[in-house]
Amino acid sequence: MARVWKFGDDIDTDQMVPGRYAPILTGDDNTGKYCFIERRPEFAKEVQPGDIIVAGRNFGCGSSREYAPVAIKQCGIAAIIAESVARIFYRNCINLGIPVFEDPSAVQALADGDTVTFDVLQGTVQHGNRLLLLTPPAPFVQAIVREGGIVPYYLKYKRFPTGE
Amino acid sequence: MGQTLSEKILSYAAGKPVHAGDLVVVDVGTAMATDATGPAVIKVMKNELGAQRVFDPARIALFADHVVPAANIASADAQKTLRSFSAEQGIGHFYDWGAGICHQLLIQEHLVRPGEVFVGADSHSTTAGAVGTFGTGMGATDTAMVFATGKTWLKVPETLRIIVHGRFSHPMVTVKDLSLKIANTIGIDGATYMAVEVHNVGWMSVPERMTMCGMTTEFGAKAGLIPPDDVVRAYGFDVPSWLTVADDASYARTIEIDAASLVPQVAMPSEVDNVADADAVSNVAVDVVFLGTCTNGRLEDLRAAADILRGKHINQRVRMIVVPASHQVLEQASREGILTDLLAAGATLGTPGCGPCIGRHMGVLSAGEVCVSTGNRNFPGRMGSPQARIYLASPQTAAVSALTGYITDPRNA
Repeated sequence: MARVWKFGDDIDTDQMVPGRYAPILTGDDNTGKYCFIERRPEFAKEVQPGDIIVAGRNFGCGSSREYAPVAIKQCGIAAIIAESVARIFYRNCINLGIPVFEDPSAVQALADGDTVTFDVLQGTVQHGNRLLLLTPPAPFVQAIVREGGIVPYYLKYKRFPTGE
Repeated sequence: MGQTLSEKILSYAAGKPVHAGDLVVVDVGTAMATDATGPAVIKVMKNELGAQRVFDPARIALFADHVVPAANIASADAQKTLRSFSAEQGIGHFYDWGAGICHQLLIQEHLVRPGEVFVGADSHSTTAGAVGTFGTGMGATDTAMVFATGKTWLKVPETLRIIVHGRFSHPMVTVKDLSLKIANTIGIDGATYMAVEVHNVGWMSVPERMTMCGMTTEFGAKAGLIPPDDVVRAYGFDVPSWLTVADDASYARTIEIDAASLVPQVAMPSEVDNVADADAVSNVAVDVVFLGTCTNGRLEDLRAAADILRGKHINQRVRMIVVPASHQVLEQASREGILTDLLAAGATLGTPGCGPCIGRHMGVLSAGEVCVSTGNRNFPGRMGSPQARIYLASPQTAAVSALTGYITDPRNA
């Protein structure tokens, strides 16, 4: 069972890992322990592997810092479901193999603290009696995430995704 | 059908005609990373991709700009990593402490070229659109792949066209005010996944274009371009003849904005699109004024502030820190007497670089403090305590606010 961690609109990467907790200042690439350190101080302590993040519009806007999605990955988040996701953050998540779904109706249906069953292969969230079918990402995005990120994808296929 | 500037550049870089929505692999003209992102880029390149050499050392630039001079051992280590990687790979374009902010130097030193794709491991890489470069920010992994292969994959973006009518009717109204007004008009995600083209702004200088294009990332844009023209050529760039606006290009959306009626704008905490007329927030007391960043740390910005502060003194409650965008800006400001004016007015000076914009050093804010910043982000915790409050404004508004101790419309000075 997974817990839903719900966030609002325009959660920027400074709120995921503030600049002061960046590897350049801490000398530590393990940013997971600082994840949402000021926005939700309990997050890094209480999050369990397999939990999911549900967010509003424009999740991950702002800085290109990859250590923000790295932090989320290190916390074991199984997927991000948002109304919409900012561009660089979305790419970083794909590259790191973090499943991301843009699905406003699923976001509406889920509340913070909900206990759900998430199935990444089916792209579904079972919430009580309700089964939410998530809008799937583009096939080439699914292909990258399936390989665990862009680097394993590239090493396997010896090429960038082409959409063909 | 004609192509947008982005479609033209990406077609050239892909070696075939492409249109919005196509997934393409393109040649990258220049790629860069900073002390904040470079160590992760190098690690992915070597340890994960297994690449030992960059694709072309002449087409890669590295910058120690985010925490300079090093604030602690970790940042010193990060910068040492860039230094030794540059030496090992033969990367000549390595810029160390105090040389300046990556986005400033990429144009100042002509490291990017009109009509090319530029990938930077920093979100404000859209700044390069000022000279007609498709500049886009990416994360460490994407940038590592560019370092290793010289290529990247992209979805060709749709384009949001912004047509600017008229010119500013008051000398205290600037491109920063225009950028904030656009943020307010289209929203902080108004251009997500899109390229932005700003038209009818041949009157803007290259530094003004840099402010405009850098700010497009704050609307979510993948790239922000101004059609390159004789202003860009006069700045020392070769503009390819094919890099022109096609009359029949297809835009996903067009917005029009009137520059003549624009008044000074301020972005209030804690989002860039939370914008008001400066005049409407004039009761806000100010603790810190920060003049600098890739958005507004150029010579023109320092000069504008000096013109306002000359012969006066900032309010005794206010701490004002000036961080020039590059060593060249600092040196020229010194030569022109701009620094003398700023210092005489009570401002202090930081090493050229990103300064306190990212809340890491050189002016970190405490809870409850109010900062007027000429930068580009006012997210909670951006410059220090999440309880600090950041207002984004033009250099003119910042300088006048330093004088009065309250956010002040510079037209009222």
